Amino acid sequence: MTQSATMNAVAEKRVQHPDKPLPLEYLRKRWLQVVLVFGFFFLYFPILALIATSFNEDKRNIVWKGFTFGWYAKAYENDKLFDSLMNSLQVGAISTVVSTIIGTMIGLALYRYRFSFKTPFESLVFLPIVIPEISMAVAMLAFFAMLGVPLGIFTITVSHIAFSFPFVAVVIRTRMAGFDESLEEASRDLGASAWQTFWNVTVPYMMPGIIAGGLLAFTLSLDDYVITAFTSGPGSTTLPIQIYSMVRFSVTPEVNAASTVLIVITLTFAIGAMAMQARTEKRTVKKNG
Amino acid sequence: MDNRKPIISIRNVYKRFGGSVVAVDNANLEIGEGEFFALLGPSGCGKTTLLRMLAGFENPTEGEIIIDGHRMEGVDPNRRPVNMVFQSYAVFPHMNVLKNVGYGLRVTGVPPDETQKRALEALALVKMERFADRMPNQLSGGQRQRVALARALVKRPRVLLLDEPLSALDAKLREAMQLELVRLQHAVGITFVIVTHDQDEALSMANRIAVMESGKVRQIAAPADLYEFPNSRFVADFIGKMNLFEGSVVGAAGNNIIIEVKGLGRITVPYSGSAEGTVGAAVRPEKVRVDHSEPGSDRVKLRGKVTEVAYFGDESAVFLENATGVNINVNVPNDARRTAAPFAIGDEMWISWNPADTLVLAE
Amino acid sequence: MRNWRKEVEAFLVLMGPGTFWLVAFFLVPVALIWIYSFLDRGPQGQLEWVFSFDNYVRALEPIHLGIMWKSLWIAALSTALCLLLGFPMAMGVAFAPSRWKNFLLLLVALPFFTNLLIRTYAWIAILRTRGYVNETLGWFYDGITGLFSGGDPNAFPAFVPIEFLYNQYAIIVGLVYVGLPFLILPLYASLEKFDRSFLEASLDLGASQWQTFFQVLVPIAMPGIIAGSLLVFIISLGTYLVPDVLGGTSSEMIGTLIARQFGASRDWPFGSALSCLLLYITFIVLWLRAVGAGREAAGAH
Repeated sequence: MTQSATMNAVAEKRVQHPDKPLPLEYLRKRWLQVVLVFGFFFLYFPILALIATSFNEDKRNIVWKGFTFGWYAKAYENDKLFDSLMNSLQVGAISTVVSTIIGTMIGLALYRYRFSFKTPFESLVFLPIVIPEISMAVAMLAFFAMLGVPLGIFTITVSHIAFSFPFVAVVIRTRMAGFDESLEEASRDLGASAWQTFWNVTVPYMMPGIIAGGLLAFTLSLDDYVITAFTSGPGSTTLPIQIYSMVRFSVTPEVNAASTVLIVITLTFAIGAMAMQARTEKRTVKKNG
Repeated sequence: MDNRKPIISIRNVYKRFGGSVVAVDNANLEIGEGEFFALLGPSGCGKTTLLRMLAGFENPTEGEIIIDGHRMEGVDPNRRPVNMVFQSYAVFPHMNVLKNVGYGLRVTGVPPDETQKRALEALALVKMERFADRMPNQLSGGQRQRVALARALVKRPRVLLLDEPLSALDAKLREAMQLELVRLQHAVGITFVIVTHDQDEALSMANRIAVMESGKVRQIAAPADLYEFPNSRFVADFIGKMNLFEGSVVGAAGNNIIIEVKGLGRITVPYSGSAEGTVGAAVRPEKVRVDHSEPGSDRVKLRGKVTEVAYFGDESAVFLENATGVNINVNVPNDARRTAAPFAIGDEMWISWNPADTLVLAE
Repeated sequence: MRNWRKEVEAFLVLMGPGTFWLVAFFLVPVALIWIYSFLDRGPQGQLEWVFSFDNYVRALEPIHLGIMWKSLWIAALSTALCLLLGFPMAMGVAFAPSRWKNFLLLLVALPFFTNLLIRTYAWIAILRTRGYVNETLGWFYDGITGLFSGGDPNAFPAFVPIEFLYNQYAIIVGLVYVGLPFLILPLYASLEKFDRSFLEASLDLGASQWQTFFQVLVPIAMPGIIAGSLLVFIISLGTYLVPDVLGGTSSEMIGTLIARQFGASRDWPFGSALSCLLLYITFIVLWLRAVGAGREAAGAH
């Protein structure tokens, strides 16, 4: 015969158990927690210390003397710094626009078309990403020297585009990997031309990738030192270059203030790009599931 | 459980996640040595959580688990006398079949020659000796499952746990493996505990089944007992099909209980428990007969109009509608050769069954 | 995917500008320095169009070979240290409870987006003679000696700050710092997808946590480990900023050596040769990795 579920369970007191870590709950192991804390401390202390000194009254910057924006004011009034920031923004803007356009086109082509030399071509496109910066830097220098082009904003911008657009292409291609081709087919089926389909169906889908790629290109350009150092001339200093020459002289709270500003700008754009990626993923998931 | 010694005791076990989700709610059961035991239930009922608690990959929030006489609280999975076959099989992709099977022996210090010998024996048990040198990515799903089985059995555990062992296999392979697993269990003689959501698997393979729902163990019984004497609407509905009527208890007589069901009148059913108030009265489709002529008064009977006949080859499922709007489902075996349907749609028929076949469902 | 011949116009339009830029402003410059590597240098530092392997021979001179060798082992050591710290961190994030995961991942990724120069020079303030490390050490030293000195200021010698900066140790610290996110992110991606039931199966079969780690986790996660390590190695090998800012004049690596040729030394052909050598090593490492990945994919059949 059957046993009912509530059998004559021994009337013991209910035994409660402490929450012992499970075998795979690694994060609850003490030593790993210590390593993680140390790791994050190691990652963040240098930057945070640098940012902190930019607000410190004391120039010698170990001991905290008081909070001040003074160094920022000083940096703002520093003509060379200010000009270099303007140069950076100028180069960044142009580089971003051109890289995004070129990169999007290449990314789209790589996604859409099959051609015989595709694999070597892909490796080629990704070369600027993998190659050591110093090699590319001296190559660009030699190239411009041979052509007799004076080093300046133009040469910097051209070089920045050269190493930025492959990144944009990667972002676009990844984005397009999730594209539902039948949307384009439906559009053609309903009577739209190839051109109309492109603008009304494909581009809106690509847009988050384009924006993310653009933001990425901007941060790459803004942050670059090595390639810029070799392709810039007098009067075309960018912010990282200026910071470098100031650091060479001495690490002061003023230069830290300038660095902090650069960090804030870059992080804003980077977080923006990541938020864009995350938002589009959520939307696509909602659509499909 | 007959005379078997209990090898697993689960006592007052609760499992709570995050304070509000109760995955296992006061589970109490005992599994006998050498049994083929099934944890059966719909997804989310807590059966897998319970299995993982046996293996040591979850800890009970409350309650005790005793395996082979030892309390398992605080005992790591690698020191328990149980082994598990995972739903994904988890055959290590970077080792060949023989190394996979011998893994559990190697890491516990068994000498290499003995490891090799026992591993080959285990492979022979699952008929995979020829594949000893193959890599897992060269095997089919069913073959990888056998490797996982051999790998667990070579450790000679007291209990083998299997998590949804047949769910990833196609229909033909599933049937073959059902017989295979039972044969294996007899050959090795150890206790098997399987988790499944498929009632056919549980009914055909297990000695006893625990049906779970929303964390609670609803009923524990041998397959036939479970099928013929379900203790609740949930169990009756989960295992097999049924036709359910609402009734109320109006009296008892000896070992019987008397139920009044609207449209059916009074039914006297053998019933060992005690019930009162409203109960469900159900009958399984294969216990019901459909006739043109009126059956005798010793049967429960009602009139119905045929609404649909579904042909399954070996039997036909006939659906009839009663004047009160109740739908009845009847299985009619095709016990003689015929190509025409046994009844036409729209026919007025007599539906009847032996009152002793009525299921009394108190919950 | 469509055949390009079906839409030749669109194909050319899309591919055109990118290909042009790639060729004109990448391939040509790189080809140029490749050619330069075979040229000679004149007395005023101009190019002499005499072709020879002299630069390469010179690159293999002991002094230069020494620098390349030093770059290789600094890169290797930095990669190893990155793994030592980065693997547990990647594990911690990958196996964290889901509500912590994204936060921890963001925490790891953020430094990655900060300017490389800033990240590097931030260590100056920490490692220099009056930097954070030395000040802290000095504080401890003074505290302990103060305990034993009994009020006598001359009982113990004064604290001598340790030279952490402007040597190869500073470079290694800098490279580990810069490389850590490059290692953790791909490793995390690989570990995140890791099928937990492999680990559970190993434990279930009787293995200890460490046995499971070395015999199951590491072998199966190896592609991710290698991907991250190679990335850090290549970046460390060709690094310019870190040795330039933190290494001082005595610690030269390939990157700074190359830069010098295009700067003060005015020896572009030699610098080009070194640059090409660096490229060759990079390509060999990448090729080895592709071969390894290919062999793995073949094994999966």
